[in-house]
Amino acid sequence: MNLTLKIWRQKDANSKGKMVDYQISDISGDMSFLEMLDVLNNQLIEKGEEPIAFDHDCREGICGMCSLYINGEAHGPDRGVTTCQLHMRKFKDGDTIYIEPFRAKAFPVVKDLAVDRSAFDRIQHAGGYVSVNTSGNTQDANAIPVQKENADMAFDAATCIGCGACVATCKNSSAMLFVGAKVSQYALLPQGEVEAKERVQNMVKQMDAEGFGNCSNTGACEVECPKGISLENIARMNREYLKATTSTKD
Amino acid sequence: MSKSGTFKSSIGRKIAMALSALFLMIFLIQHLTINITATFSPETFNELSHFMGTNPVVQFIAQPILIFAVVFHFVMGFILEAKNRQARPINYKKNNGAANSSWMSRNMIYSGLVILAFLVLHFIDFWLPEMNYKYIAMNPEDPTRYYEELLHKFHSPIRVGAYVLAFVLLALHLLHGFGSAFQSLGQNNKYIDGLKKFGVIYSILIPLGFIVTAVVLYMNAQ
Repeated sequence: MNLTLKIWRQKDANSKGKMVDYQISDISGDMSFLEMLDVLNNQLIEKGEEPIAFDHDCREGICGMCSLYINGEAHGPDRGVTTCQLHMRKFKDGDTIYIEPFRAKAFPVVKDLAVDRSAFDRIQHAGGYVSVNTSGNTQDANAIPVQKENADMAFDAATCIGCGACVATCKNSSAMLFVGAKVSQYALLPQGEVEAKERVQNMVKQMDAEGFGNCSNTGACEVECPKGISLENIARMNREYLKATTSTKD
Repeated sequence: MSKSGTFKSSIGRKIAMALSALFLMIFLIQHLTINITATFSPETFNELSHFMGTNPVVQFIAQPILIFAVVFHFVMGFILEAKNRQARPINYKKNNGAANSSWMSRNMIYSGLVILAFLVLHFIDFWLPEMNYKYIAMNPEDPTRYYEELLHKFHSPIRVGAYVLAFVLLALHLLHGFGSAFQSLGQNNKYIDGLKKFGVIYSILIPLGFIVTAVVLYMNAQ
């Protein structure tokens, strides 16, 4: 198929970017979206032009590294997939495709379509872990009984790959689905419960400090999330937060 | 974090927004209940209005709380909107919001602004003349005046049209706001589906009740 691509080009973090038009032909429907960009980059290199920078790593939908806002949607028009799993058969011959970086104050553009998502790392550092003494006598985690429903919910929350599609798609650039998933995956398990109070407060504090917006409960994040993380996780985070900030026990 | 920090955080603001919304949604039921009586019993409407207008608990406790809740909900709404806009300094060239969210959820600020404009009109129509009647002009109490005053206001088709439009926007605001308030309060649990269905019924019936009242009064005023 032949396509017109409108791609955001930006030399570096400090430069002003703009949309640039590219024509590309003979694209197979079996290619992934990133493979289509690879073909374009090869052509640009052959012409002596600067290739387009975009994030990618595993190309199997599990690392959370690829991003891209394609035709107005995070990870493109398909559901439950990352950009690397989006196939060109989702598009038609003659289509015009807008390709933009994930937009948020907290996700500054590094170059072209690549954005810096280290704000998520800093939120994780603020509390997205369980403190374990690893001196050699650590208890086997499987020795602690966990209710099946809670284990399932914790596992569902833990499937978040931290790609940032929730932030990109949210009209407020809110990170609450990501933080909600991280808070939930620990709060639901006995191992994480111990630090639940400090965790939710510290992670929310860091989230706010990074400049993410507030949640308006539009539900767009849940729809666009490649892992189908549920809004229930945001509600759980809200509950955890309310519990932590209003309880009298320290 | 100190306990007072609850309402300074993003989640705290959402919770505050939701609590003020729940209070206002309960108030709407009370307001509509009194309004509806005007359509079938002017005497009952006069009695209830006189009670609301003269009872010291309503006047000096409930009314200030209501005004505070209304102002708070609007001011917090504007603060959140401003913060949310700051969170994305460069917008997308192409954004397909309709692919993943409802129009209502994406335009709460606009439906809210229409409701604010309506409230200004509503205050000029009823609240300011009432304050003037009671506390500035110091007119004597007249328990039978309310229905006539109401009817007088609904003589104009333009005003009735403005009221109807505002209530349509209120319905759209509630269609997202009702469920959103419970989600913000962390109530996404086994009851949420039932609650959302109730929310849809509430969001349509309450504004519809106000619209029906306005239209009936308009017809009675002709």
